Amino acid sequence: MYQTTYHRASSLEDAAKLHAGGDDPKFVAGGMTLIPAMKTRLSAPSDLIDLRHIDGMKGIRISGQQVEIGALTTHADLAQSKELEKACHSLHYMANHVGDPLVRHLGTMGGCVANNDPAQDYPAALLALDATIITTSREMKADDFFTGLFETALEEGEIVKAVRFTAPDQCGYEKFRNPASRYAMTGVFVAKGAGGVRVAVTGAGDNGVYRETEMEEKLAANFSADALEGVTVSPSNMMSDIHASAEYRANLVVVMAKRAVAKAAGH
Amino acid sequence: MSDVSMVVNGRKVTGNVEDRTLLVQYLRENLGLTGTHVGCDTSQCGACVVHLDGKAIKSCSILAVQASGSEVTTIEGLAPDADLHPMQAAFKEHHGLQCGFCTPGMIMTAVDMVRRHPGGLDEKTVRNDLEGNICRCTGYHNIVKSVLAGAEAMSGKTETKAA
Ligand SMILES: Cc1cc2nc3c(=O)[nH]c(=O)nc-3n(C[C@H](O)[C@H](O)[C@H](O)COP(=O)(O)OP(=O)(O)OC[C@H]3O[C@@H](n4cnc5c(N)ncnc54)[C@H](O)[C@@H]3O)c2cc1C
Ligand code: FES
Ligand code: FES
Repeated sequence: MYQTTYHRASSLEDAAKLHAGGDDPKFVAGGMTLIPAMKTRLSAPSDLIDLRHIDGMKGIRISGQQVEIGALTTHADLAQSKELEKACHSLHYMANHVGDPLVRHLGTMGGCVANNDPAQDYPAALLALDATIITTSREMKADDFFTGLFETALEEGEIVKAVRFTAPDQCGYEKFRNPASRYAMTGVFVAKGAGGVRVAVTGAGDNGVYRETEMEEKLAANFSADALEGVTVSPSNMMSDIHASAEYRANLVVVMAKRAVAKAAGH
Repeated sequence: MSDVSMVVNGRKVTGNVEDRTLLVQYLRENLGLTGTHVGCDTSQCGACVVHLDGKAIKSCSILAVQASGSEVTTIEGLAPDADLHPMQAAFKEHHGLQCGFCTPGMIMTAVDMVRRHPGGLDEKTVRNDLEGNICRCTGYHNIVKSVLAGAEAMSGKTETKAA
């Protein structure tokens, strides 16, 4: 790891000030992405601004159908929340299947959102749930927020404070885990709510998380796995790497989508 | 360089370290607590597991400065007296180790697992929750047995002899 200078932010204002004063600064929350990246020198921030001790950014607030999750809420917090399980069982399931219990004790919702790793789980949930990302300067829909591989609409120094969504009527998530890392080699989240059916895919597309609109239309007419019979996904926009070819991923998208719908329907 | 201060195995420690120092380096190199191991560069093996404020984490993936102000328990602090902790005793009795390299991490993860499942453990849960701990020797079978026995001993249901 290269040298870096650590700062512990006491408030959002403090974090913004520290960020503005840094040469090539980065925020750190759970550190479960950033510290491993610094260890392998893939990332070398001059300053590390620790958000973990800022008050009021942690916790799950549910009122009626509205669910709000603070950015510093850990995967373990989500995985243990009975209220979240009731409101959105698939997000709860997802939190229980991020990495391992040790990673879940530190990694946060905000870190996942800001990072938009193409193999990460939460982006699929947030996109399918039509979630709103709340930052220090604005609110954005997931559709506008996730812009590409490791890319988001976040500006320099902008901090994710929370995410908010309306609990769906039905939802399901299925991921094919990378056998070594447990990240999603392909993960599909389906959600049916007042706004219709949304299908979001992570781990597969070569531009990061995206929506399968053809599947959405089919499922809007008939919300069952049968509706996806015969649907194919073109490998031309799929990632290809040592773990899986584009063709394999394209096939997995359909298989995972069917399983996710079956799960949603059976719940 | 930054000042760090934390409570490690019940003892208050302070030091001045490079900001990039990992918690595991601080424990091993500054405090001489070499029971916590480093088995990989990729945050995957779990040989480095310690408890941070009561929760199991990978000490190779957090900086010492990030942990400043916290309480840390390492394998050395699990059973402060001469006796083994029931989980350590269970690993010994059920042959839950061969070379022993992964064992400190396995045991720290196992003790945390018991905390997280107050209703008790079954084999499926144990196998699932060992996701973040890799063993190159045992094939896991005896580790799972040890964790189940250790969990029972911790709940006071059976005696596991440290012998
Ligand atoms: C062994 C292992 C297995 C894993 N498996 C999975 C998996 O199966 N699925 C999965 O989805 N993830 C997985 N992860 C990643 C894990 O979920 C991380 O917790 C997550 O990627 C990032 O959250 P964090 O809080 O640790 O972020 P950090 O590492 O602290 O930060 C990540 C990035 O986000 C930025 N950031 C963090 N918080 C904010 C904020 N509030 N506002 C703005 N920017 C912010 C940081 O500057 C940094 O660039 C795994 C990680 C490991 C080590
Ligand atoms: S040393 Fe391998 S996970 Fe920490
Ligand atoms: S006993 Fe050798 S690695 Fe587990």
